[in-house]
Amino acid sequence: MSDTRKITVATCSLAGCFGCHMSFLDIDERIVALVDKVSFGRTPLTDIHTLHACDIGLVEGGLCNDENVHVVRHFRQQCKILVAVGACAINGGVPAMRNRYGLAECLEESYLYGVGVADPQIPSDPELPLLLNQVHPIQDAVKVDYFLTGCPPPAEAFLELLTAVLENRAPQMSYALRHFD
Amino acid sequence: MTTTDTFPRCGPYPAAAPFAPIREELTTRFGAMPDRLDLLQILVSIQHRLGYVPAEAISWLATNLGLSRAEIHGVVAFYSFLEETPPAPYTLRFSTNITELWQGQEANMARFKDLPNVRALPTSCIGLGDQGPAALVNGYPLPRLTATRLDAIARAIASRRPVAEWPAEWFKVDPNVRLAGPLLEFAFTPGALVERVLAAGDAAFMEMLRASGLRGRGGAGFATHAKWDACRAEVVPEKYVVCNADEGEPGTFKDRLLLSDHAELLIEGMTIAARVVGAKQGYIYLRGEYLWLYDRLNAALEARRRAGLLGAKVCGAADFPFDIAIHLGAGAYVCGEESALLESLEGRRGVPRIRPPFPATHGYRGRPTVVNNVETYCAIAQLAGIGAAEFAALGSQGSAGTKLHSVSGDCAHPGIFECAMGTQVSTLLDLCGTRDPLAVQVGGPSGRLLFPEEFHLPLDFSHVSSGGSFMVIGRERDLFELVYNFVAFFHHESCGFCTPCRSGSNIMLNALQRIRRGQGTEHELQIITEAAAVASKASHCGLGHTLGNPFQDLERGRPAVFQDRLRDSPDGTVLDLKRAVAEARALRER
Repeated sequence: MSDTRKITVATCSLAGCFGCHMSFLDIDERIVALVDKVSFGRTPLTDIHTLHACDIGLVEGGLCNDENVHVVRHFRQQCKILVAVGACAINGGVPAMRNRYGLAECLEESYLYGVGVADPQIPSDPELPLLLNQVHPIQDAVKVDYFLTGCPPPAEAFLELLTAVLENRAPQMSYALRHFD
Repeated sequence: MTTTDTFPRCGPYPAAAPFAPIREELTTRFGAMPDRLDLLQILVSIQHRLGYVPAEAISWLATNLGLSRAEIHGVVAFYSFLEETPPAPYTLRFSTNITELWQGQEANMARFKDLPNVRALPTSCIGLGDQGPAALVNGYPLPRLTATRLDAIARAIASRRPVAEWPAEWFKVDPNVRLAGPLLEFAFTPGALVERVLAAGDAAFMEMLRASGLRGRGGAGFATHAKWDACRAEVVPEKYVVCNADEGEPGTFKDRLLLSDHAELLIEGMTIAARVVGAKQGYIYLRGEYLWLYDRLNAALEARRRAGLLGAKVCGAADFPFDIAIHLGAGAYVCGEESALLESLEGRRGVPRIRPPFPATHGYRGRPTVVNNVETYCAIAQLAGIGAAEFAALGSQGSAGTKLHSVSGDCAHPGIFECAMGTQVSTLLDLCGTRDPLAVQVGGPSGRLLFPEEFHLPLDFSHVSSGGSFMVIGRERDLFELVYNFVAFFHHESCGFCTPCRSGSNIMLNALQRIRRGQGTEHELQIITEAAAVASKASHCGLGHTLGNPFQDLERGRPAVFQDRLRDSPDGTVLDLKRAVAEARALRER
């Protein structure tokens, strides 16, 4: 195996819950076989913070603030293959439930008029990212090459994706990997 | 179900009128245990008197009709004109067909948005396209809304003047006949044509009908004799004749004229139909928007009863009992589809039935039923008068007779034109006084959008078939807005029963909205194209089959209208970050 080139994988979680990352880790012992073939770039799994050019970018979560948009655009620049992972990245998911209300309404409910709010004020620290008026799926901001469906996508879906890229073919997701009833 | 009702101009409505006072009136009219088939009529009656259907009324109906409250709620929720929330004193429903929007209807509606005592709502076309912009106040039509008229209406509302006392002039609907032909000029003695059919015999009339080549005027153009033959072939004692006066196709108002000024002709035609197919009862399904014609039509029916032309022995024939009752709709376009109309006639939600079996064998209450358009029945009477050869000679090959066209939009003479079948589009455009229009929408949103290179086509069943709507679109208009308006119309009017139509119209509308906001890409066009194709093939009824037409016609004829609006985004991305964070930035600085 050592004669084959390693592929690099970067991951990030935007407006998501890290559930997709957890599901990725559910490949369990099968990770052993991948160690020789795959290395990580930027990812919270290894706490690497800088993103360099890599083969695959796995993006969990949708876009809820400007920082998310900058991150996903950076991923697009650096990754040969960009993958939207899970319902939030693909559709906005649970965070997008706020889209039926105005942004001001959401912030007022959370920080001004909500139950148990002390010292009511809308957070205004310049270090905080600016919220988008609506939560967007990532394909609204960048071109996406593959979508791993599910909430979360099963571990086998991640494995098939990596295997397919290693074998230089298009991923084949069986029915069981994209059907969730 | 032959009870007659009466619908005077009502309002201002009290905030929450109690139900009890009108319960007695309903009991007198519909009986202590009303027929389930009367449900919609009772609801319409309650709605008009109280301005809403109170919860007590629903309980009372549930008890007395032996239905669940959910079922009654389901019926109320289906029809746009029935409401369960207590009303505003005045409800103005502004017709939002595209020709009226282009006449400034948005601003008219906005004028009343923040006034007290009044709700300003949009509604689908109310059949006054030739004298728009128009609105309904508590169900009654207000045509020709000029700025002066709107000011006067606002004053009447501010002073809580009863609608019954508003000037009659405000409600005056003009017949607006611009060109009368053999049908509109047809003169006869009431009952004489029925007598002629009685004398000649049913078989002889069927032969005349076949020879004439008469086809239905509602839009689909089905051979009338075939429909009647199927009904005649059923050997059961109980059959029905139904007149489809649910003239809902936006831009159509020719039935309005026939119902208001030629009711005698219509009733004569229905009576002939009843005789020939063997029906004892007829119904006129009158759209809720034509509530104002209800009393007038009833008077015409009553006059015929008095003259012995309706009742136990029509024209003195002992073997020919026949009567007609009026059934009101309540604001649902889909009820113009004949099987949905029958569901509505039976007091239920107007969801189209699965066909076959067709109404001619399994119609009202499951019995053989002939359903024809108002204009078709009028043509039947005319045919009985002039005979097959003369009737056929009025039209073109395969399209016998004349056709009424409701002309509206950008022309000098909007109104009703009776033209021979086969008249060219360009001829009608000349007649109505228009120069060099951008396009014309024939047959309403479900019909065809024609461009100048197609104006030579004849208006008949073989070329450009029309239910009677003819909307002229001037040079300065935006065809994108036309298609957007039509898709919004279909989306609103979809009955929700089948997915291709319910979801398809939603998908199309959302994608068009994105394009309209300047966020659309090729991807949106792709989505609309696919949704339109699926809806046209897989929908349950004609509404879904045709909802893609406006888009497909424009995309085929003038693709640049869409292309010019698309965002230049080859990768399909649409997010404008600066705009997306503007609100958060403003909140932070607040």
